[in-house]
Formats: sequence, structure tokens, C-alpha cells
Amino acid sequence: MTIPQISVFLENKAGQLADITGILSENQVNMRAINIAETADYGVLRLIVDDASKASSILLDKGFILTMTPVVGVAVPDTPGGLSNVLSAISHAGIDVEYMYSVFGQKDGQACMIFRVADAESLTGILEQNGIETVQGEDLGLH
Amino acid sequence: MMERYYQKEIETAGREQILAWQNERLVKQVQHVWDNVPYYRAKMEEKGVTPEDIQGIEDLHKLPFLTKDDLREAYPYGLLAMPLKDCVRIQSTSGTTGRRVVAFYTQHDIDLWEDCCARAIMAAGGTDEDVCHVSYGYGLFTGGPGLNGGSHKVGCLTLPMSSGNTDRQLQFMVDLEATIICCTPSYAAYLAESIHERGLRDKIKLKAGIFGAEAWSEEMRQDIQNKLGIKAYDIYGLTETSGPGVAFECSEQTGMHINEDHFIAEIIDPDTGEVLPEGSKGELVFTAITKEAFPLLRYRTRDICVLTRKECSCGRTHVKMSKPMGRSDDMLIVKGVNVFPSQIETVLLEQGYPANYQIIVDRVNNSDTIEVMVEMTPENFSDNLGKITEMEKGLVSALKAMLGIYAKVRLVAPKSITRSEGKAVRVIDKRKI
Repeated sequence: MTIPQISVFLENKAGQLADITGILSENQVNMRAINIAETADYGVLRLIVDDASKASSILLDKGFILTMTPVVGVAVPDTPGGLSNVLSAISHAGIDVEYMYSVFGQKDGQACMIFRVADAESLTGILEQNGIETVQGEDLGLH
Repeated sequence: MMERYYQKEIETAGREQILAWQNERLVKQVQHVWDNVPYYRAKMEEKGVTPEDIQGIEDLHKLPFLTKDDLREAYPYGLLAMPLKDCVRIQSTSGTTGRRVVAFYTQHDIDLWEDCCARAIMAAGGTDEDVCHVSYGYGLFTGGPGLNGGSHKVGCLTLPMSSGNTDRQLQFMVDLEATIICCTPSYAAYLAESIHERGLRDKIKLKAGIFGAEAWSEEMRQDIQNKLGIKAYDIYGLTETSGPGVAFECSEQTGMHINEDHFIAEIIDPDTGEVLPEGSKGELVFTAITKEAFPLLRYRTRDICVLTRKECSCGRTHVKMSKPMGRSDDMLIVKGVNVFPSQIETVLLEQGYPANYQIIVDRVNNSDTIEVMVEMTPENFSDNLGKITEMEKGLVSALKAMLGIYAKVRLVAPKSITRSEGKAVRVIDKRKI
């Protein structure tokens, strides 16, 4: 199972991020994870929210440019070497990780990391074969 | 300082004499063009004008104008007036695919062009004892070849430095004791900064600079003069009419003498094409009366300026043009390179960007900058930042290929570029010149 991620184009100017979080807050959308990649002039805001389709249609209405991408949530044991094991399994399978980031909070001694790869379905399979737990949308409170 | 002239009799000729040259040469030139340039002949026929109608400069207004569009349409040979076997050189405007202008020269044309540049160098105090450092670009651009030739004619030791590599420029300037520098005013300002930073002020021997190919202000002149301890002279020209040297400044530094034995200048109303009385501000139009290979008649420069015929303390009698005060079209001159917004638009559309854009031109540390603001589109957006920066790089290199200079691209949010009612504001020029 993959998780829907919303990526929004951000111009690098004051108030852009506050605008987006404000819009989501007004519409009772809860954020579960957030990540920004940026250059000096612009950035890409990546969001995991509880209601992705609602959030995306609101943001599109407001004129933002966004794209939806399936990403994979991975349960990473919160111990030394936890992430390293996950990454080495992925790397052995020959899969490139485009980027990754963590979800707010942790549960039962496990952190949740979001992985973006070219083929999310095949990553899910690889993780299963290696006995690594994936995190489902409902685990993150996604509708 | 005693005023020096390269061709004193011509440069200080009486008004009657200049008019006599102009009348005689114009009549001859019109016949030459009529006989050899079918493109212009058709334009004359369309207006019902024949060479017989042009008896002297009072008839000049009867001739049709030529514009950059004509040059583009007639590219490459449509305005050539001599057999190719008699031509020895071309020069071209900077790397633009959409609006390329190619000008042809016979050996005689080059000779006269270099004379004009020699006049400019001597008006700036140059003699055969000077070391003339030419930092204009060499190649298709007319700056380097023109001043290089003029410098030879004066008999200066000529340093054909071309542009770039400031360290090497400074080394030659110091070691060979250059006394005259020829480059764009913005490069001169940059050199002045570099000389100051490196503590070379006492090691340079410069006394004069000849700066052209872009607009510069009186403040910039003062700044360069103070920093380098030189006199800074303006020079004007365009590839279409030969190159630099069409007009040049003398010791009075109050405008540029147009070489009227080679060019007839008119000022017109850019909207109606009507010739305006002397002293009016309007668009400058040139008729080349001595050029053989590429003799443009009534070429509209799109530069807005004023002509004055007040007596000049330098003794030269040729009419003076003010520094260009603007343009009657949307052409920008950035780093000495001609840039049309339409070229940028073409690249954006080719690269899959919307045609809603804004061009911001500025001058930072005396060097021109150009930035193109482009709106992001859903098609061009990706969650992967690397893909966006790749596309951005693609756009930057496509712009470089089209314009010949680096233009920064700034991707902005959709609908963030102001849509004005009616005519879009495509260009914001923040330069104070």
C-alpha cells in the first residue's frame, strides 16, 4: 500500500508557507508529515495530510500548482542501525531513493519514514521480502 | 591639450563643403542602390520615387525607410549592393537567431570605417605614440575589429585583447603601459574596480578611454574618470551602418560628432515618420552615403536622441548627437548585446513555458544583469526538485543560445506576474542610465 503525497510549488518569498498551512488549518486538514526541498529562488513543499483529496482540491482552487505522488511509509526501528538496515535492503534491490523524510512522532519504538522512489509498488514488495514493515495510511490517521 | 584630428580638413570643413559632399554622394548612392539592390528599388517604386527625384539632401525625405525588419527579411544577401567577389568581410549583430543582421564590407568600406574609428581615437587624444588596449569583443561583433583598425590607422601600438580574462587584461595594461582603453562603459567600470582592489592605480598609465556599445550616464562617466584618472569618451555606431565610429565625442564631451561626410543624419517622429526640425527629440535615421557593399538608405536606428549644430570648442564642424535617450521599439541593450523581448518569448514557448513572462534588467556593480521571470505550470512541475532545476538549466541554455548572453531564470508561482489591462508590462528596466 502506498501513501498519497501532495507536492506544492513554492516561490521563495515571505508568507508562502504560512499561506498554505493557513488554508489547510481553515479547512480542518491535519498534516502528518512535511518536507521542503529548495533552491535560492523556489522550493517544493511535500505534504502528507489526513485527507489528501480534500487538501489538493482546496489548494488547486487557490491557484497553487501541485502534483500527487504515491510514496511508501516505512517503519524504521528507533535503534542504532535501524535506518541503515532499511537502506541497505533497498540498495541491494537496486532501487534509487529520490528523497525521504520522517513523519511527526513515533509509535511503539518505531519511527516512520516516507520514501519516494520511481516505483512505489515494487519497493513495497522488496520491503516485505526483507521483513521490513510498511506503514499504512490508516496507521497515520489518513482518511 | 591641443586638439588633434585624424582628417582635419574633413572634420573641420565648413557647412557649405559638408553639404556639397552630402549632396553629391547621396545622388550617387541612390543610383548605386537603385541599380544594385532590387529590394530597395522595389520600395522606391512602391513610393513612386526614382533616382531622378533625388537631387540632393533636400529630397532625402522622399526615400522610403529601412528597418531592422527589412534587414531580417532581406537576410542574408537582399541588401547587398556589390558582387560578393568585391566583398572581403562580414560583421554581425550578436548571436540572435531571430533577428540576425549581417553587414557586408568591401575593402574600401573597411578603410572608411577604420578612418571613422581613427578620428574617434585622435579626438580622445590618441597619437602614434599611444598604446591602445582594445577590450571590445573581436569576431562578428564590430567593436573589436573597428577600434583595432582605427588604432592601426592612428599608428598606436594596438593590443587586441578582446573581452574577458580580466587578470590578463590588467597584466598587459600594466606591463605594456597602455594609454588608451577601448571597451564597453560597464567593462571600464569593472576594470576600474579591479584596478582599485588590486592596488594597481599607480601602475597604470591610461589617459583616455573610448567607451560605447551601451548606454551610460554622465554619473558613470564621472565615476570612471575619477577612478581611472582618465578622460572617458563616448562612441556610437551600429552594425547596420558599419560599426562604432559613426559618431564620437571630442574634448568637449558634450555629444558625439556624426561623421557627416559618410552619414546623413535625420531625426524623425517615430510614429509618423515625419522629419522633425533640428533640435527636436526623435528617432535617429542614418543614410550611408559612402558605403559600397551595404549602403543602407534612411535606416531607422530606433534610438531616440537630439541633434545639435552649435559651434564646438574642438573645432569640428560636424553635427553632434546627444547620447541616446531611449528606444522607439522594445529592444534592450544588455551588456552591449541587443535583446528583443520577442526572442525570449520564442524560447519560452519552444521550451513549453507560458508566454506570460517579465524581463527585469538591472545594473549591479556596473554590470548589466537580465532576469526572466517565468510562471511555473502544472506540466513543468514535479515533486522532484532535481527535475525542475534540470528544466530550468535547459531554459537558461536555450536563452543563452538565442540571446548570446546569460540570462537568469526565475521560476515564480502561477498568476504572480501582473497581468495589466491591455498592453502587458514585459520589461522592467531598473538601470539608472
